[in-house]
Amino acid sequence: MSSDAKKVLTGPIVDNNPIALQVLGICSALAVTSSMANALVMTLAVVFVTAFSNLFISIIRNHIPSSVRIIVQMAIIASLVIVVDQVLKAFSYQLSKELAVFVGLIITNCIVMGRAEAFAMKEKPGVSFLDGIGNGLGYGAILMTVAFFRELLGFGTLFGMEILPLVQNGGWYQANGLLVLPFSSFFVIGLIIWALRQWKPEQVEKD
Amino acid sequence: MEHYIAILVKAIFIENIALMFFLGMCTFLAVSKKVDTAIGLGVAVVVVLGLAVPMNQVIYQAILAPGALDSLMGITDPKESIDLSFLSFITFIGVIAALVQILEMVLDKYFPALYQALGIFLPLITVNCAIFGAVSFMVAKNLTFGESVVYGVGSGIGWALAIVLLAGLREKMKYSDIPDGLKGLGITFITSGLMAFGFLSFGGISL
Repeated sequence: MSSDAKKVLTGPIVDNNPIALQVLGICSALAVTSSMANALVMTLAVVFVTAFSNLFISIIRNHIPSSVRIIVQMAIIASLVIVVDQVLKAFSYQLSKELAVFVGLIITNCIVMGRAEAFAMKEKPGVSFLDGIGNGLGYGAILMTVAFFRELLGFGTLFGMEILPLVQNGGWYQANGLLVLPFSSFFVIGLIIWALRQWKPEQVEKD
Repeated sequence: MEHYIAILVKAIFIENIALMFFLGMCTFLAVSKKVDTAIGLGVAVVVVLGLAVPMNQVIYQAILAPGALDSLMGITDPKESIDLSFLSFITFIGVIAALVQILEMVLDKYFPALYQALGIFLPLITVNCAIFGAVSFMVAKNLTFGESVVYGVGSGIGWALAIVLLAGLREKMKYSDIPDGLKGLGITFITSGLMAFGFLSFGGISL
């Protein structure tokens, strides 16, 4: 793999993270992070949609009239999301109930649209595909980190397996009820951004 | 009447679409630097939600819902009943995009002053997940036409309220001394987390 392709693929994970730096795709990052399993499924779904929407849009980029490009992009993205939604309903009905409207919301997830508009409309299909995977993974990295802290400290489990034995089950760990509540992910993401920017000072915003 | 007021209050405070379901977060965080722009965007969201939710309700119930087309096609056998609900994502997004486009043209022609004020925000709204999310919730909750009008306007007002409040806080925050890594996005996340915490107290209201 050439170094350019590698940069496109891994850049969005830390250096140019869609959530922490580009402020894209935050809605679902907050709502589906109560357990690792949900976050993992959501990550896979977003990687799939971003990668293929980037690929298809890039293939037809020279044939899309710029005045209707948003609608064309939307149609491609929406079709991919329908595929994901139907597959989830068919093979993992319980999970699709838990994620509820948030699978549909991938359509309006700004990462997908943002990458289509900013990258796939200009670049070749192969490299766009990689960019889609990279950005999906960057999104997933934050999602999984948030879910890791919320599930571990909120329920004492990871992927449903007991790590910290809870007091009510005869263990020693008193679960943190705050992290079970959805908005606690605001704090967790805020702190992740802080940590990331201490590590990479060039990401700090100037005012 | 009481029933509608209950839906309105619930949509604005208890189930605030920005702070309880985290919808429309991308714009919520990106466009909340100034109170003036926040008000402009808030008003635009109220208008679009007030139109998009009822319009999609009609389309869903008349065409897409399971069995909706049966009487029209003269199907009496329940086995052949037509279920187009898998098309709902792509239909909703198309309706929203078209609606925003039409609204833009109508405003440009008949209310140029309002168009000047809202102009730049309208295209942004197509990809705002608050609109798509509210439409999805409308389907999930199975609202009637009247209820969907109230729900659409109510969630719009709730979103506008939240973004104006956040913009107010951020304007004040300019004068505070924030650690470098938290500046901008980081502190905004934590602030919105605290606001969501505050809104949680409305959950105690029983209607």
